[in-house]
Amino acid sequence: MLEPEVNLDLAKEHGFTEEEYNWVCERLGRIPTFTELGIYSVMWSEHCSYKNSIALLKTLPREGGKLLVGAGEENAGLVDIGDGLAVAFKIESHNHPSAVEPYQGAATGVGGILRDIFTMGARPIAALNSLRFGNLDDARTRYLFEGVVKGIADYGNCFGVPTVGGEVYFDESYKGNPLVNAMAIGIVKVDQTASATAKGNGNPVLIVGSSTGRDGIHGATFASEEISEKSEAKRPSVQVGDPFTEKLLLEATLEIIKNDWIIGIQDMGAAGISCSTSEMSAKGKSGMDIDLDKVPLREEGMSAYEIMLSESQERMLVVAKKGYEDKVIETFEKWDLNCAVIGTVNDSGILKIHQNGVMKAELKAWDLVLGGGAPVYYRETKKPDYIEKKHSFDFNSLSESKNLTEVFEKVVSSPNIASKKWVYNQYDSMVRTNTIVGPGSDAAVIYIKDTNKALAAKTDCNGRYVYLNPKEGTKIAVAESARNVVCSGGTPLAITNCLNFGNPYKPENYWMFKQAIEGMGEACRYFNTPVTGGNVSFYNESPETSVYPTPTIGMVGLIESLDHITTADFKEEGDLIYLLGIDNEELGGSEYLKVIYNLVEGNSPALDLQKEKDLQTTLLSLIKKGLIRSAHDISEGGLITSLAESCIINYEKPLGAEVLIPINNRIDFSLFSESQSRVIISISPKVKDAFEKEISKSFTPYKFIGKVGGEKLIVNQEISISINRLKELYYQSIPSRMNVTV
Amino acid sequence: MKPKFGVVVFPGSNCDHDAYFAVKKILGYDAEFLWHKETDLKNSDVIILPGGFSYGDYLRTGSIARFSPIMNSVIDFANKGGYVIGICNGFQILLEAGLLPGAMQQNESLKFICEDVYLSVKNKDTVFTKSIDTEILKIPIAHGEGNYFADDDTLKELEDNEQIVFQYSSQDNNIDKKYNPNGSLLNIAGIVNKRKNVLGMMPHPERSCDPILRKTDGQKIFKSIAENIFN
Repeated sequence: MLEPEVNLDLAKEHGFTEEEYNWVCERLGRIPTFTELGIYSVMWSEHCSYKNSIALLKTLPREGGKLLVGAGEENAGLVDIGDGLAVAFKIESHNHPSAVEPYQGAATGVGGILRDIFTMGARPIAALNSLRFGNLDDARTRYLFEGVVKGIADYGNCFGVPTVGGEVYFDESYKGNPLVNAMAIGIVKVDQTASATAKGNGNPVLIVGSSTGRDGIHGATFASEEISEKSEAKRPSVQVGDPFTEKLLLEATLEIIKNDWIIGIQDMGAAGISCSTSEMSAKGKSGMDIDLDKVPLREEGMSAYEIMLSESQERMLVVAKKGYEDKVIETFEKWDLNCAVIGTVNDSGILKIHQNGVMKAELKAWDLVLGGGAPVYYRETKKPDYIEKKHSFDFNSLSESKNLTEVFEKVVSSPNIASKKWVYNQYDSMVRTNTIVGPGSDAAVIYIKDTNKALAAKTDCNGRYVYLNPKEGTKIAVAESARNVVCSGGTPLAITNCLNFGNPYKPENYWMFKQAIEGMGEACRYFNTPVTGGNVSFYNESPETSVYPTPTIGMVGLIESLDHITTADFKEEGDLIYLLGIDNEELGGSEYLKVIYNLVEGNSPALDLQKEKDLQTTLLSLIKKGLIRSAHDISEGGLITSLAESCIINYEKPLGAEVLIPINNRIDFSLFSESQSRVIISISPKVKDAFEKEISKSFTPYKFIGKVGGEKLIVNQEISISINRLKELYYQSIPSRMNVTV
Repeated sequence: MKPKFGVVVFPGSNCDHDAYFAVKKILGYDAEFLWHKETDLKNSDVIILPGGFSYGDYLRTGSIARFSPIMNSVIDFANKGGYVIGICNGFQILLEAGLLPGAMQQNESLKFICEDVYLSVKNKDTVFTKSIDTEILKIPIAHGEGNYFADDDTLKELEDNEQIVFQYSSQDNNIDKKYNPNGSLLNIAGIVNKRKNVLGMMPHPERSCDPILRKTDGQKIFKSIAENIFN
């Protein structure tokens, strides 16, 4: 094949700026070859280099707590949970591929994040996902929603990881550019972890798993630009997933790691062989000699450029200990997988890529990678004009709704509030038999076998809050995910983040990004939940809409004893209901405002970190003392929605409730306010005295508001709705919009 | 006497460890994994074909697995009266192997379904069900193709020979279409062969064995096997 001439124009087509292209030439002391240009372009793409975000990400708390491996050091972070075990977890976006090819886009998102976990030596024990789409009234949105859910389901179900939780939001802002963030959690013995490094002159380098094809070439570059009319043509940049191969890859990989036959291993995700060879070399301060003729290929005649840039899924790069390559090959053959020695490690620091006896690329590994020679930028920031305008919205100008029951019915049937059963019933949430609390409660609870412990996990972010107030909104995302973990009986351990923002070259977007990072850092330091890693996804824009800035938080907590596990549903008739925390009538960015008035106005709710921490400490201590029957956090849809959910989350055993809630100025505001740091709990009447004695010692405000029981939810005698009606609204909303019944 | 369960591991099995854990760690029976490329059943008293996606379920669910070397031994074993239980993908493999009659179609909703369901125990005259002390079991399903189909003659034969063991029902034993999650004929969730030594069922009893997960009805099936196969 005749290779095109490398010049500035070609470099620009590859996404380089003139300045970046000149740097490449300077470093090489010559014009790069076509293959080298390709490698540089993917490695310096936003997706691989984090060039516009890394400087800010470094300000986040990335150590402390129980962190064993911090952000950026390995494929995923590692947190100590005692008993000689550690948890590896990470969240990653697959937004752009899912926007053009929802099924494969979402499926390979799941595949990629699972590989990140098991290359650490950890067996994936749970998956979660955080999804955002446009309005379900739109046919294309339904197509994307249906395809993404099926993609996640088919991949996770076949692979055999339970998908236990997450979140789904609908808002017009995500119409052209849905967000698909996949999270995975794994467990590993502390002394059996693997590292993504290459060292030891002469150690063999192997490629394992699927063969390499022409799929996904330039996927990383595609992910580093805005969605446009031209994106449809990028459909071939979307990889195709094969969960069956991934399952085999998992078993084989864990076997070679456990037997200690390898020096290092890295998943091939974005930028395929280019990324894994250069990052592993750079980490081990080594180089590699790679012979592309040895790479198992899916099709003939692939050029060096194509092989280096292919993003074919279900592949790994392994550096074996010299003399153990046969053992590694034997293991992969047992699982009917490809495994080929494609080169050796050298100590020159230089990556030498050969094909047909010709040197196709000769590059310093260090120059290519994040943390090495990849560019680092601080972008210009500008506070967007809309923010002040939004903040000055006068809520008193809103007409007061007459029929509050009717209004509540609309809110509870909003797809953002309504049950996501239509989604999670398609996910195998129970395989591996560790799922104690599956999807639908505050946080998922996963049992850790052979211990008396469990993990609690949750993803969270309210994009509307972040849009109205990036810093406060991001703090809320951290606080709420922690609150969810606490409501389930766990102590928050650490977070992973998936930062979905627009084009960073637009100063308004970068201002929001910067504010969000500041808020996240502040909250994480306060709660002592360091950041174990994650992913940045810029360029989430389409010609029609601009996506709300959405820094998704994935929180993992430890439940120290199975006795502490708590769920959101009311348990027994006659139980007493209490409200913890206080309301400040905060309607900014609320679901009520959106559903009833079709407005996204005001400021996000305020978050007082001290009050939040007090609440969480108090609640956890009450749970540990065995005084709490149910705990449910108050979030979208306000106090009344939270009460309704506690009534009907247990589909088979719903219970009514009658409560009298405190009213500030307007009853509708008090019902639907989304003030933070609040939880609805229920207790047995038998422990009333003990409970009140304990909680009165804390700083957390509390109020008795009513009792569990009856066939209805009755609030302040203004709202009365039968439990059956409530169930129908809550559980049928999404299926009826998707045109089916459950 | 303690029975020994042999749990077959196909490439793509993903409930193999769950089944092993349930019978060995929770119920305390003997258990061993059987690798699909081998033919030795290692003196197992009962063979479990576990759930999952054997060979990726490419072509058709269970269609490739039934050609693997271990299946020749399993078929021999069954034909000689040995006890076999196929769960979910295992049920699909038993159909493909001809050890049970009928076939699976995609769920009526065309979607994978994972949830707890109620099963009416229709026939208690099998080793798998003899010791079950209730009429109803609560056991989860997790499948995309559990829509059991057979022609009228086969169905009649299943009924006449009392081969239908489990049917989807309500909590109070109402076997109605509205409690059928996948569209299977006659609400069929599990059947045995004529000789009643081979059971295929879509629900996952191994997922409802561990008291920590707050559901244990699946234990009743494994206990029944243990209590009755040596009689």
